[in-house]
Amino acid sequence: MTFSQRHFLGIEGLSRDELLFVLHTAESFREISEREVKKVPTLRGKTIINLFYESSTRTRSSFEIAAKRLSADAINISASTSSVNKGETLLDTARNLCAMRPAALVIRHPASGAPHLLARLDQCPVINAGDGAHEHPTQALLDVMTIREHLGDVAGKSIAIVGDILHSRVARSNILALTTLGAQVRLIGPPTLLPLECSRWGVERHTNLRAGLAGVDAIMMLRLQRERQMRNFFPSLDEYARGFCLTVEALKEAKPNVIILHPGPMNRGVEIDSRVADGPYSVILEQVTNGVAVRMAVLYLLTTQERLATQEQSVTNGQAVGQERTDRQTQPGAWAERPQPGQEKGPSRQPEPFLLPERAVGQ
Amino acid sequence: MPQAAQRIVLDSAAISRALTRIAHEILERNQGGDQLALVGIHTRGVDLSVRLADKIAAVEGVRPQCGAIDITLYRDDVGRTRTQPEVHGTSIPFAVDTMRIVLVDDVLYTGRTVRAAMDALVDFGRPKSIQLAVLVDRGHRELPIRPDYVGKNIPTSYEERVSVCLVEHDGQDRVVIE
Repeated sequence: MTFSQRHFLGIEGLSRDELLFVLHTAESFREISEREVKKVPTLRGKTIINLFYESSTRTRSSFEIAAKRLSADAINISASTSSVNKGETLLDTARNLCAMRPAALVIRHPASGAPHLLARLDQCPVINAGDGAHEHPTQALLDVMTIREHLGDVAGKSIAIVGDILHSRVARSNILALTTLGAQVRLIGPPTLLPLECSRWGVERHTNLRAGLAGVDAIMMLRLQRERQMRNFFPSLDEYARGFCLTVEALKEAKPNVIILHPGPMNRGVEIDSRVADGPYSVILEQVTNGVAVRMAVLYLLTTQERLATQEQSVTNGQAVGQERTDRQTQPGAWAERPQPGQEKGPSRQPEPFLLPERAVGQ
Repeated sequence: MPQAAQRIVLDSAAISRALTRIAHEILERNQGGDQLALVGIHTRGVDLSVRLADKIAAVEGVRPQCGAIDITLYRDDVGRTRTQPEVHGTSIPFAVDTMRIVLVDDVLYTGRTVRAAMDALVDFGRPKSIQLAVLVDRGHRELPIRPDYVGKNIPTSYEERVSVCLVEHDGQDRVVIE
């Protein structure tokens, strides 16, 4: 099969086959990072822009390394050192960056839906590297890839997601990915941090850590987002840790060969005990390794597609599609390098109406 | 495909005989199986490289190392093809430095796949030599590449398609022109 998504905005809307296709591609890319020369020439001459409006160590360096291992040129822009400080709007920044003809734009933004807004510009593929409390799709893929490495097919496996579900884009993307692939998902956390609508997501809900962990195959810990706790969701960090810190004792409830994931950065002693984080069941650093492969796969799939929009345009212009196809084959990567004016006006290129996701927290 | 337009050019026995001859030629050219490795090009080249390794093992008593290479990331038409090719894994489980490496593929046509495979291979190190073994050479080269070992030369026209079917993937062994 081929991957036909123009943008990579979320796990939502991806089919099981599409998810598995991206995962298989990522699994094939993993070997490149094991080589002595960690580089393939695939995206030579293409530029990837990482636009980060929130701080990040892992995701940003992971996208940058992924781009470089595919021979693309990676440019990093962080809001703190850019014209955002001078009051430039997100759309203006994006339009200016797109005018420099990147092959893809990777964006992290504190507002849910920001990548979707840029996708409507339709100048180049947009990849969501985390938007508000909405989605973080590449994180979910690398989590699933790591689980598959240890447990095989995730279908039928029992996977607990523990902690601050309410504010977590990682949890949302993972719930979507894991349930699409047939896993049994349990959400565990204090009632104030478990969203009410989670009953509609086809997941179990637990407010007791030990009860929730009984017999699980994998535990996905979430970072307690201290910067988003302004509304007193729990009395104190100490009290949260007493109830929901993953300790060696709590771990005994899970299956004997359980694996433990964490998207980082970890609050040691708050949501996860150091003995667990550094213990034999932890696969946290493998997640980071797999993150590069996942991002290589996503960059590769989005930037090497032949643009179908040109064809649609040719139909509206009254040209023969077959003629256009021949022309296309002689134009290397035309859509990425030379967007044609007016192509976004084609009838089927109309973007979906822009809707703010249900939970636009943290803006 | 209409059945009438198909022509079987190699059957199971002919494929086996061709591979046996190539195995002997590889051993003769390289004076034995020392420092010898076979690298198959995905997908059917990998199957053929395994069969060649078995035949070499039967003659020489030592089985050469085997690897598999996926050339998708080294193609010269990335982003220009109608369908996006699927990426398979590359696996070279040995150090290529100082090895004599035989690339194995099913059909040699334009030579572009072999060019990509050589680029991929040298990313792993500096082999002592790279040789090329193919089951079918159908002509129409677009690059200055020639095979060292050929199962069968089959003159074709541009319009014809050469399909290599192998038991491992297609349930039977045969080479068909359609």
